[in-house]
Amino acid sequence: MNGPQDLGGQMGFGPVAPEPDEPLFHAEWEPRVLGLTLACGALGHWGIDESRHARESIPPADYLSFSYYRIWFTALCALLERHGEVSAEELLAGEALGPPRRAERCLAAERVPGVLSAGGPTERAVAAPAAFGVGDMVRARVMHPATHTRLPRYVRGCVGRIEAVHGGHVFPDASAHGLGEAPEWLYTVAFDGTALWGADAEPGLSVTVDAWEPYLERV
Amino acid sequence: MPHDHHDDTEEMVARVRALETVLVEKGLVDPAAVDAIIETYSEKVGPKNGAAVVARAWVDAEFADWLARDATAAIHSLGFTGRQGEHMQAVFNTAGRHNVVVCTLCSCYPWATLGLPPVWYKAPPYRSRVVIEPRAVLAEFGTVVPEDIEIRVWDSTAELRYLVIPERPVGTEGLAEAELAALVTRDSMIGVVRELSV
Repeated sequence: MNGPQDLGGQMGFGPVAPEPDEPLFHAEWEPRVLGLTLACGALGHWGIDESRHARESIPPADYLSFSYYRIWFTALCALLERHGEVSAEELLAGEALGPPRRAERCLAAERVPGVLSAGGPTERAVAAPAAFGVGDMVRARVMHPATHTRLPRYVRGCVGRIEAVHGGHVFPDASAHGLGEAPEWLYTVAFDGTALWGADAEPGLSVTVDAWEPYLERV
Repeated sequence: MPHDHHDDTEEMVARVRALETVLVEKGLVDPAAVDAIIETYSEKVGPKNGAAVVARAWVDAEFADWLARDATAAIHSLGFTGRQGEHMQAVFNTAGRHNVVVCTLCSCYPWATLGLPPVWYKAPPYRSRVVIEPRAVLAEFGTVVPEDIEIRVWDSTAELRYLVIPERPVGTEGLAEAELAALVTRDSMIGVVRELSV
């Protein structure tokens, strides 16, 4: 979706403003949101693609004014409501008013090290051979799905070169919407700065994105 | 707060507490697991991991070659596995090219080697600008890259996570691997800093 998350090339946000000796968290509630988000992920109702889609579905004015952990919190509440684990009434009341659905999958503290160090690899076998090889010139498709996608707007319609072929990976456009993993070949595509930004490109710039095969067409 | 969103602390404290209370009452979340997750990313996982990878690559040509070909296996061999480090790619700075990493679409970042991302990495100014004017962004970090050096920006749009391998500073021939690792900063492994000081 052309949501507020798709920021590449937008202007007007001001300087980057790095903080010297930045703390990991800026308020005591932020680490709780990190921990709750990861712990609730273990319930298995959704994957990383659905959670990203929940974050980018936050209205743009809110998304751009929220701190990042508030974005996570807002999306987590939406996901828990969508999957029937928590109701809006419960969040207002601050107490449980109905039964859980998947309490048997509650992540126990002793399982945390194993779960975090295992992670969630996304590489999957794909039966069809890769359509593109290193060095092929491809165009990022012009596409504007209302659903989740990981092809940023700033590369759509632009021509780049396949720089690497990474095997099959879970396809976010399907996975975010409960349509299964539907793995597709994943490529790194390199674009010259001028292909993306024309005469306004800085000198000597190239930018890569990682793009699944359905995002690309041969030129 | 360093960024320009409104101060929502009191409201968020109450709302997050309410959510955690409901989840714990329903048996969906073990608060000790939340503590363990926070402890992992506060104390165990951080840029020291990435610095160890870089230092190893500097002293061990065979490891550097492995890192260039299969960063996932090379990095996992040092014990740095797990969330947001499942699939890794190492990108090496050279005399002619400087590498910078971003996630324009969210906040993808190599947790297993760098820990949690800083706020600026997740915020709109960096995400919007570094793909179109990286030299201007790097200058805000005090990094001036001469125009005859190419800049390559890696936008992390899939589950591949990028680690920049800075060049070994001159004058460090006599240093041991652990001493070299101490020179490697987080920002140099994101790519917003190019030169390491000795």
